[in-house]
Amino acid sequence: MTITDAPVVRQARGSRDPNLVRLLVMLVFVFVLMTILRPGQFATLADFNSMMRQFPEYGIMAVGMSLTMITGGIDLGVVGTANLSAIMAATFLIGTVPVGAAPAQVVPYLVVAVLLALATGLVCGAIAGTLISRFNIPAILATLGTQQLFTGIGIGITSGRPQSHLPLLYSKIGNTEFLHFFPLSFILFVVIALAVGFMLSRTRFGAYVYMIGTNAKAARYAGLNNASIILRTYMISGLLASVAGLIMMARANSAKADYGAPYTLQCVLIAVLGGIDPNGGFGKIQGVTLAILILQFLSSGLNMFNSVSNFYRDVIWGGVLILVLVFNYFFSRRAGRRAVSKAS
Amino acid sequence: MSDSVLKVEGIAKAFGGVQALKGVSLEIGKGEIHCLAGENGSGKSTLIKVISGVHPPDAGIIEIEGRRFSRLAPMEAIALGVQVIYQDFSIFPNLSVMENLALNMEVMDHRVLVNYRRARSIAAHAVSQIGFDIDLDERVENLSVADRQLIAVCRALLQESKLIIMDEPTSALTKREVKALFAVIKGLQSRGISVLFVSHKLDEVFEISERFTIFRNGENVASGSTRDLDRRTFALHMTGREFADESYRPAAAPGAPALSVRNLTLRGAYADISFDLAPREILGITGLLGSGRTELVETIFGIAQPDSGSIEIGGKPAHLHSVKDAVRAGIGYVPSDRLTEGLFLPQAIERNIVVAVLERLSGWFGVLRRKAVTETTERWIADLAIATRDASLPVRTLSGGNQQKVVLARWLANDLKVLILNGPTMGVDIGSKYDIHALIRRLAAGGLAVIIVSDDLPEILACASRIVVMQNGAFVRELDPASTTESKLGELSTGVA
Amino acid sequence: MKVLSSRRILARPEPWVFAAIVALSLLVQARSGQFFTGNNLVDLARALVVPALFSVGCMLVIVSGGIDVSFTAIASLAMYVTDKVVLPEDYAGSVLLAYAISAGLGLLMGALNGVLVAFLRLPTLIVTLGTASLYTGLMFGAFAASASGVPPAIADHGKQILFTAVNNGNGLTSTMPVHVLILIGILFLVFLLLRYTMLGRGIYAIGGDEAAAERAGFNVRAIKMFLYCLVGALAGVTGIVRISMIDYADPSSMLGMELTVIAAVVLGGTRVTGGMGTLTGTILGVALMTILENSLILLGIPTYWSRAFTGAIIIIGTGVTARQTGLTRRRDRTLPTPAKGARA
Repeated sequence: MTITDAPVVRQARGSRDPNLVRLLVMLVFVFVLMTILRPGQFATLADFNSMMRQFPEYGIMAVGMSLTMITGGIDLGVVGTANLSAIMAATFLIGTVPVGAAPAQVVPYLVVAVLLALATGLVCGAIAGTLISRFNIPAILATLGTQQLFTGIGIGITSGRPQSHLPLLYSKIGNTEFLHFFPLSFILFVVIALAVGFMLSRTRFGAYVYMIGTNAKAARYAGLNNASIILRTYMISGLLASVAGLIMMARANSAKADYGAPYTLQCVLIAVLGGIDPNGGFGKIQGVTLAILILQFLSSGLNMFNSVSNFYRDVIWGGVLILVLVFNYFFSRRAGRRAVSKAS
Repeated sequence: MSDSVLKVEGIAKAFGGVQALKGVSLEIGKGEIHCLAGENGSGKSTLIKVISGVHPPDAGIIEIEGRRFSRLAPMEAIALGVQVIYQDFSIFPNLSVMENLALNMEVMDHRVLVNYRRARSIAAHAVSQIGFDIDLDERVENLSVADRQLIAVCRALLQESKLIIMDEPTSALTKREVKALFAVIKGLQSRGISVLFVSHKLDEVFEISERFTIFRNGENVASGSTRDLDRRTFALHMTGREFADESYRPAAAPGAPALSVRNLTLRGAYADISFDLAPREILGITGLLGSGRTELVETIFGIAQPDSGSIEIGGKPAHLHSVKDAVRAGIGYVPSDRLTEGLFLPQAIERNIVVAVLERLSGWFGVLRRKAVTETTERWIADLAIATRDASLPVRTLSGGNQQKVVLARWLANDLKVLILNGPTMGVDIGSKYDIHALIRRLAAGGLAVIIVSDDLPEILACASRIVVMQNGAFVRELDPASTTESKLGELSTGVA
Repeated sequence: MKVLSSRRILARPEPWVFAAIVALSLLVQARSGQFFTGNNLVDLARALVVPALFSVGCMLVIVSGGIDVSFTAIASLAMYVTDKVVLPEDYAGSVLLAYAISAGLGLLMGALNGVLVAFLRLPTLIVTLGTASLYTGLMFGAFAASASGVPPAIADHGKQILFTAVNNGNGLTSTMPVHVLILIGILFLVFLLLRYTMLGRGIYAIGGDEAAAERAGFNVRAIKMFLYCLVGALAGVTGIVRISMIDYADPSSMLGMELTVIAAVVLGGTRVTGGMGTLTGTILGVALMTILENSLILLGIPTYWSRAFTGAIIIIGTGVTARQTGLTRRRDRTLPTPAKGARA
């Protein structure tokens, strides 16, 4: 009796797609719920527009963090990176753009500032990646450290004060809406999600990321350059975080070292909800995107209940996370029982 | 009143529609060393679990020293003197030897407080039973596998054991350590303790056990005295197939050697190794674990860097600073522990096969060419007869032999010149073992240069066209398989001759 | 007799942490001449109490193989409910009641973690991220928590001191709070638990190999349940300690501390993978972090840079520890069983 003759667990194809289906169901459920509870407020164009302006900042960070989680690690330093990148850009702009300059003159400064921020993100990611891949520091600890370090550097540079008085052109461009509806940040999110999703599912690099997350030792024995791949993963995460930082800066029209503090937890929640396995090796960006939307709907919906404090959002998200974990647990138990038990 | 310590009759057990045991019997006498052999899927592990109380049988009787039971609880089994030592020893690497030995007893006695003096005396008593000299305060994670196993044995002896069941105890041991373990088992026998030895290695069946039982597909196929057993009958019983003795005599290959190693040295592992390997040759390297053979082949594969010496592939110097370099040079390596070193168990079979050749199968920006991937996968599944219906299933659904074929396929998909196999059929059924050997011979005959590192002497004799014995980091003897026997080879590799 | 070879001593992380503390102390003394003064040392001890109390529970969880990030949330919520909801504003009775109530609440909150981790076997990091979110949300949402004063009983308790240290150089005085005794008491009890009870050894066994612990007959679920309840209760106690020491009940003052506590525990030699860790090392790790955070001024580093500094130290420290545990573990021949690469 060989194992292949017996009923087999269809794990590779099976269990992750049901996850997507579940998320879709959840999304529709939340959407309908909110529409019923707050007709005329939720599911209006204005509301959609507002949501589209809110979620890209943490959504992009969540995508980056998910990528690192697939390798079996985690990047808890995304918020610190985002803020530091924004601070670098802001400090540069404040220090160099002449007051009262015409828009056309400001543009080159903006370009440099953006590049500076992105470069900061790459460097931050590279630092985290090196600590993890070269020095073998567990990812949780290394990125807890980088979170403190980068936030700390941000505080140091700004002496804890917000960097405002940015050239108006920046937030003007940053907040533009295409077709009077789709914010630039939303477009960026879509492009990034598509790009990262494509990379994971259709490219060599993506395949390597999944393999390393599954079994790093076997990956090495198969000829993969683990250190390089892990490093690049964290650099991408850092880069994405810096994009998120720039978006936050456009929205708030300033940069501060401790913006978005709750986003770290949120991103982990999103990743896990979206089906990323914290042990590594599994998860898709489609799931992450659905999770982002679910949480955004919940968040926006809650905001409309004036009597409900914003902090209830934390309660709900914590509760949702736990429920999802519990649900996943029971679901995979049932699937496992259908499997052939080790019969020899 | 029977003279047997354990007797099971008509044990049947099914798991979710799959009949693991179809009514098997087994009898072990007092002070007898008995071997239970069978392939993966034969039901031997299930029977062990039934005997030790982990699974209740659907039917049948378990009789321990004359007392009959239709089912047992684990604690009952232990109280009756039946102890199982599983393959992973159930040991705590982070705790000391003393604690590992004493904790089980303390838990069983429902102790609440820890008395270190009592624990130490328990531990000292335990190791004295087999004369095992070990530092009780050493943390177990710093000990060798063989030492850990002996600790597991000592621990089992603490309860008044009548029967100790060992599940594949020699899988990770060197020949010398196996000998030491066998001495311990003989010592147990002299104290009237019976040992049930689960194994699929024929040499061990012969060497240590007096009687044997063979299972196949959940049924008894044979049992008796090992005196009456020979290799061919054993293989026949285990698989239901006849196997001829195999050997490999290749035609000579012209041209430059596929692999040339000159004065390769790695301090602490091996020194001054030189040899040539021609296409179509299969070089069998054997010797004790620790002789440097794994380090040697890992160096050739780029995992380790030598201190001095040179390597040439196909007549051209090769600088193998990383595994990637070795792969590019056309070297493939099937590692000894395929589960942790070779396979991505939850990932698809397809992924496992193509992982090393993705560069070739991708285009701009690293985008994978789906068709090329599928074609490559299908080709090798067919060529190596990997038993699966669907390449997108996770590779862990395959049997050990098929899993090993997947690892082979991974390298064959590359433009391979040299294939190194380290313990290629460890943990693989006899049937698959022969298949893999035939496969290796076929690949070599087709022009590949192959190195096999193995402890399994019949395997070396069946595959190699040239044998080298390695000891303490040096090649000490070179042999022609045609003119040597298994026992001679065994003596050489343990350093007795 | 236990053999204390020098090799064994140097292989343990505690001596290194101690050496780092000594080196740092000397450095600070050299720069400022103020380190080894009575009042500075007492200040350090005072600053150490709360993180040290947290670190005990944190260490226990990490030793058992998990990671808990919810203890500050538990401490805050337990403290807040006790202070504001249960006890009347002018409560002047025994402070022990406050401790008991807070510990009890903490125990319940920890029990939730326990159920999810022990019975449903969910990953601890994610679970505690969820419960932390839940509890923080409840605190700010349901209870609309805000900072305020404390009842007289607690305030008076906070004023209880052991002795006063005077700095003859600048006339500054510092008082050694009685809470140090609480810390010592808890350390002692936990030490007894870990060393002399089967429960304690069980925690180490579980961290070493959970499956083996189960097979050996340990009631793994009960032990884990007890563990998380204990950690919760300790957190509750710590909450009261905190507000009595600073004479102010700020619900968010403890939040965010969990990262530094975890870092301190790891710095002190506790392995993130579980099974190894000592109270001595943990307290040394906390001492090191506390000295660092509080001595920056004496070292002439402006406070704005303290966080960056802390982050850098976390990184360096965990890097060193990571190398150490990697070096002391001898290379192991792999056993023929499904190992980390296999998915359960």
